[in-house]
Amino acid sequence: MFEYDPVLYSRILTGLTLAVHTIFSTLGVGVPLLIALAEWIGIKRNDEHYHLLARRWARGYIITVAVGVVTGTAIALQLSLLWPNFMQVAGQTISFPLFLETFAFFFEAIFLGIYLYTWDRFKNKMYHLLLLIPAALGATASGFFITTVNSFMNAPLGFTYENGVLSNINPIAAMFNPATPTKVSHVLSSAYLTSAFVLAAIAAFAILRGRDHVYHKKALHLSMVVAFVFAIVTALVGDLSGKYLANYQPEKLAAAEWHFETMEEASLILGGILTEDNEVKYALEIPYALSILAHGTPGAEVIGLEEYPEEDWPPLVVHYMFDLMVAIGMGLALISFIYIVMKKKKSWNPLNKPLLSLIVAGGPLAMLAIEAGWFFTEEGRQPWIIRGVMRTAEGATTSQHVDIMLYLFAALYVILIVSAVTVLIRTFRANPVEKELKKRGIE
Amino acid sequence: MSYEVIGITVLWTFLYGYLIVASIDFGAGFFNYYASVTGKGHVVQKVINRYLSPVWEVTNVFLIFFYVGLVGFFPSLAYYYGTALLVPGSIAIILIALRGSYYAFHHYGNKGRLGYQLLYGATGLLIPASLSIVLTISEGGYIKLNGTSVSLDYGALFTSFYSWAVVLLAVVSVLYISACFLTFYAHKAGDEGAFRILRKYALFWSTPTILASFLVFWSMSDHNSEHFAKMLDVSWLFALSFLFFVGAVYFIWKKKRLGLSFIFVMLQFATAFYGYGAAHLPYLLYPHVTIYDSFTNDTMAITLIISFVAGLCLLVPSLYLLMRLFLFDNEYVQGKK
Repeated sequence: MFEYDPVLYSRILTGLTLAVHTIFSTLGVGVPLLIALAEWIGIKRNDEHYHLLARRWARGYIITVAVGVVTGTAIALQLSLLWPNFMQVAGQTISFPLFLETFAFFFEAIFLGIYLYTWDRFKNKMYHLLLLIPAALGATASGFFITTVNSFMNAPLGFTYENGVLSNINPIAAMFNPATPTKVSHVLSSAYLTSAFVLAAIAAFAILRGRDHVYHKKALHLSMVVAFVFAIVTALVGDLSGKYLANYQPEKLAAAEWHFETMEEASLILGGILTEDNEVKYALEIPYALSILAHGTPGAEVIGLEEYPEEDWPPLVVHYMFDLMVAIGMGLALISFIYIVMKKKKSWNPLNKPLLSLIVAGGPLAMLAIEAGWFFTEEGRQPWIIRGVMRTAEGATTSQHVDIMLYLFAALYVILIVSAVTVLIRTFRANPVEKELKKRGIE
Repeated sequence: MSYEVIGITVLWTFLYGYLIVASIDFGAGFFNYYASVTGKGHVVQKVINRYLSPVWEVTNVFLIFFYVGLVGFFPSLAYYYGTALLVPGSIAIILIALRGSYYAFHHYGNKGRLGYQLLYGATGLLIPASLSIVLTISEGGYIKLNGTSVSLDYGALFTSFYSWAVVLLAVVSVLYISACFLTFYAHKAGDEGAFRILRKYALFWSTPTILASFLVFWSMSDHNSEHFAKMLDVSWLFALSFLFFVGAVYFIWKKKRLGLSFIFVMLQFATAFYGYGAAHLPYLLYPHVTIYDSFTNDTMAITLIISFVAGLCLLVPSLYLLMRLFLFDNEYVQGKK
C-alpha cells in the first residue's frame, strides 16, 4: 500500500488501537454513573423497575468492560513497543499519572468485581449501591489521570530538555499543565453524555419496536435527563477548550478553523472545502464568532497559521473533524432539550416517532463525535509527539515489522468488536425485559 | 537501600504477584477446557467459575502495574525492550486480548460454547510461553545492539536450549500452581468430585515442574555462567524452594492442610523467583543495561515510591475485602450465596 515507514505504520496502529479503545473506555467511564443513578432511584422510590434497569445495564456493561480492559492493555504496552524513544522521555516526566491511573484501574476492577457478584447478598440494598461508588470513582479517576498524560503531550511543562537531556523535573507541574483542566472536564463530561445517549438509544429503539412496557420509558427518561445535563456541561467546557487553544496552542485552533491570517474580528467557518492554494470555498461564515470562541469578545485578535513555519502546521483536514464534533454535540443538546420540553408539557407526546428515531441515531452519533474529537485533538498536535519538544518521527520505533503487526491487530479488533456486538445482542434478545420481569416475580 | 534497589524490588514483587494470580487463571482456563472434552466439565467448572468470575479483571492489573512501574522507574529499559520486543510483545497482547474478552463473552454471554473454551484454554498456555521471552532475553545473547539500533536475534532465540527450557518451565508451572490452588478451593467448597479430579491434576503436574526447574538451572550454567555462579551464592534459597515443594506435594498427597499446602506452593515460587532475581542484579538486560544506568531521575523516583505506598494503603484493604467475600467466605465458596 505505502512504502514501508515505521513512523507511518506506528501512527496508524496507535490511532487504530486508540480509536477502538475509546469506544469502550468512554462507556467504561460513563455507564457506572447511570447504573448508580438507576440503583439509587430504585432504592429511594422502592421501584423494582429501576433495580432491574441497573442490573441489565451492568450485565451489558461487563462485556464492554472486558473489551475495554484488553484494548487498554494493548495501548499501554504498544506505547513502549511503538514509541520507545518517546517513552524514555515520558517515563522521566509523566510516569506518575500513568502509575496512578493503574491504581485507579485496580480499585475499579476490585469493586466492580464485588459489585457484580453481590446483587442479592446484602440485606440492606444501600451497601450494594455503595460498592458502585468506588468503582465509578475509579473509572473516573483513571479517565482523569490518563487524560493528564495526553494534556502533557499537548502542553509540556515541568522539565527542561536540552540536547536530548532532561533536567529540572517536576512531576506535579507536568501533570497539572495548562491543558489539563479543560481537557479532563471535556473528556469526562462527553463520556457521560455519550454513555447516556447510547443507553437512551437502546430504550428508544425498544419503544419504537412497539414494546410499550413502562420499564423502557423509565430507562429513556433517566438517560435523557442525564444526557441533557451533560450536553450543556460539555458545550460550556468546549467553549473553554477553545479559549485554552487560542492562548496555548493557537496553531491547532487555526488549523481547525482554516484561519491563516492573524486578524481581529475573526469569523468562524463551518463546512466548506479548501483549494490547493489554501482558499476556503462553499463555507458558511459566522462573523466575529471565532474571536468570541477564542477570547470572549467579538473584536479580539486571533493568531493565524501564517505565524508558524509550514513544517509546524497541523494537517488541515482537522477542520472536518472539528466541525463534525461540534455539530453532533449541538445536535445532541437540541435532541435532549426537545425531549425534556415535550415531557414537561402534559399535552405533548415525547414518545413520537421522529423524536425517538433521532434519539436512536443520537447514540452512534455521540460515539462518532467522540472519535472525531479525539482525531481532531491528536492530529491537531502533529507534527509533534510532545508539542514543541519532540517530533513524532523522533519518538517512533525503528523496527522492521510494524506493518505486519498492524494487520494482525486490525484483524483482532474486527474479531473483538463483531463478537462483542453479537454477544450483547444475543444475550439481551434471549432474555427480554418483559420475560425477566415475570421471572423475577416483579409482575 | 538505594532508590534503584527499592524500585526493582517493587517491580519484582508485582511480577511475582502476577506470576501467582495469572498462573491460577491461565491454568484454570486449560483445566476448564480439558475437563469439558474429557466429560468432567460439569464437575469442575462450577468451582473454577466461582473463583475466577469476580477476580479475572484484577489479574490483568498486576501485569499493567509491572509494566507501568518498569517504564516509570527504568525508562531507558522501555527503550531497549520496547524496540526488541515488538513482535513477541504484540503477539502476547493479542493472546491476552482474545483470552480476556472471550472469558467475558463465554461467561456473561453465551455459556458453554466449546469453541470459546478452547480459545480460552489454549491462550492460557501460549501467553506464559510468550511472556517468558522477556525473562529469557534479559539473560543476554539474544539482542543485537548496533550503534543506537536494537534488534532481537530470532535465530539465536529459537535455537537456544535455554529459551526452550524457560518456556517449558513457564507452561508446566502454570498448570501446577493452578491445580494446587483449585484443589484447595474445591476442598474448601466441600466439592468432593471436583477435589478428586483437581488433586489428580496437581499431583500429575508436580513432577514436570520440578524437572523443568532443574533443566533451567542446568541450561543457565551453559548460557550465562556469570549469572549461574551468582545463583549458586544464594543456593540456600533454591534449597528452601525445593523443601517447600516437597511439603506442598506431601499435604496434597495426604489430603490435609490444603491451605498451608498452597502457601507452600507460593513460598516455593517466591524463594526461587527472588533468588533468581537477586542473582540477576545489577543487570536488567545482561550485559547492556543495569539498574543504575537506566534509572529515572530522583524526583520521579521519590514521587513514585510515595504514590506506591499511598496506593498500597488503598489497595490492601480492598483486596482483603475481595478475598473476604469470595475466597474466605465459606458460604460463597460452597455456592450458597
